[in-house]
Amino acid sequence: MKILLIAEHDNHSLKGATLNTLGAAAQLGGEVTLLVAGSGCGVVAEQAAQAVGVAKVLLADQASYAHQLAENLAPLVVELAAEYDYVLAPATSNGKNLLPRVAALLDVAQLSDIIAVESADTFKRPIYAGNAIATVQSLDAKKVITVRTTAFDAVAATGGNASIESLTQAVDAGVSAHVKDELAVSDRPELTAAGVVVSGGRGVGSKENFAVIESLADKLNAAVGASRAAVDAGFAPNDIQVGQTGKIVAPSLYVAVGISGAIQHLAGMKDSKVIVAINKDEEAPIFQVADYGLVADLFEAVPELVNAL
Amino acid sequence: MKVLVAVKRVIDYNVKARVKADHSDVDLANVKMAINPFCEIAVEEAVRLKEKGVATEIVVVSIGDKSCQEQIRTALALGADRGIQIEADLRLDSLNVAKLLAKVVEQEQPGLVILGKQAIDSDNNQTGQMLAALTGMPQATFASELVVEGQQAKVTREVDGGLQTLAINLPAVVTTDLRLNEPRYASLPNIMKAKKKPLDVLTPEQLGVAIKVHTKQLKVEPPAERKGGIKVGSVAELVDKLKNEAKVLS
Repeated sequence: MKILLIAEHDNHSLKGATLNTLGAAAQLGGEVTLLVAGSGCGVVAEQAAQAVGVAKVLLADQASYAHQLAENLAPLVVELAAEYDYVLAPATSNGKNLLPRVAALLDVAQLSDIIAVESADTFKRPIYAGNAIATVQSLDAKKVITVRTTAFDAVAATGGNASIESLTQAVDAGVSAHVKDELAVSDRPELTAAGVVVSGGRGVGSKENFAVIESLADKLNAAVGASRAAVDAGFAPNDIQVGQTGKIVAPSLYVAVGISGAIQHLAGMKDSKVIVAINKDEEAPIFQVADYGLVADLFEAVPELVNAL
Repeated sequence: MKVLVAVKRVIDYNVKARVKADHSDVDLANVKMAINPFCEIAVEEAVRLKEKGVATEIVVVSIGDKSCQEQIRTALALGADRGIQIEADLRLDSLNVAKLLAKVVEQEQPGLVILGKQAIDSDNNQTGQMLAALTGMPQATFASELVVEGQQAKVTREVDGGLQTLAINLPAVVTTDLRLNEPRYASLPNIMKAKKKPLDVLTPEQLGVAIKVHTKQLKVEPPAERKGGIKVGSVAELVDKLKNEAKVLS
């Protein structure tokens, strides 16, 4: 079995999501080739070559791949896929954007967001906002799959020694162009990879009050998350939304502050190891999934918690 | 410019899905159904484009049994001009759906196709990208802002870490994210008017699409239950529990 895995990176560093996806590939078994497509991304290929379980790294370093536009990248992946049984990518915004386009061009279905490998052709994936887990068998010869990174252990980033092969193909479909990025700057750990996550909801009340959440996050060296209500109200940026349509996290500790616990939010965090809820409404649904619940005003409880730590 | 919008009939987003006792599927009998929230945002965006004079006609298409005509009528009441129902199993996988939509695109020749980024039942997030692939159009997924400028669209996308803006040539496929707009409600007069708007019914055979089964759902189970937690009385007790019982703090 041969596996082609699309690396997640920003042209400077290999992202942790790739290492989790390699964890899923390890469960499938077989030889793993990692595709690093980008521009000026040679350093990423070198990092990728050291990841455990990688047999070979393909480096596609072309200006047209700089922002990993699906129109340019999909034809390259389709061409390479001829030799592989599986095409895998992490279920990140890049992976979700690219892989269905690849699957359609290959005339095969895609399995999204798998959380378990049952056998070579059978996988588990959540449906209905995580309220049901479907076991799905792929009947296609080639399997195109995105992997929920929080469901698989990361392989070690170093210790491997794969060869790097440069590709010369340069596809530029010429139908789309990158204009600009507006990326949020943060010194905190990355949300989907953090060991501890502190999230705020509507109960926080304002953007300024989110400082309360941030102070607790800093004390715990945690990433900051938010519920959709908090994002829609403008308290927090959209890229830290946790839930069915935002990020899926599974840290060892998740602290939900001022979050009621709607179905859509629970879909993004209920696989956390320990869940703590701080909410003044003792009927809030979040208490049904919380290991430890504290019924209290967050503006008193959170500062007290920061002091106690 | 003609705008094509795809809508899906799904379980109402407030309803907690229950798995059938025989683990064959989710139980949808007597469950409230609605237009998928992301599809509603897609319809709203098309209507706004029409109000700006960018779109001239809005065609809404849905794939499913007769009951999905209800969601098409909803879209017509929100401002779409014409509906197409493709008579097929609602549970087709995304590739079959994309193939059917590609044929509608071929017939209708829209300047822009808008879909939701994902349906809240299957949570696949595939159809828009697949449709773009099959029609050879560029794609802008997870859109939070859409500006049509002549033969191009500038689309701001919600990506990991922030926002990204792309310029794509038209015709193109755009999939909507939550923050693209706030959908309006249909007024009673518009609901009445929508009943008179044209709605064509097509079959996959008429479109020349052979449905091929790519995946088989073997089993559907409820997720593992979390065991009930406890309520603590104070911050001090919480810290103690986290340190000494859960051992997640040192």
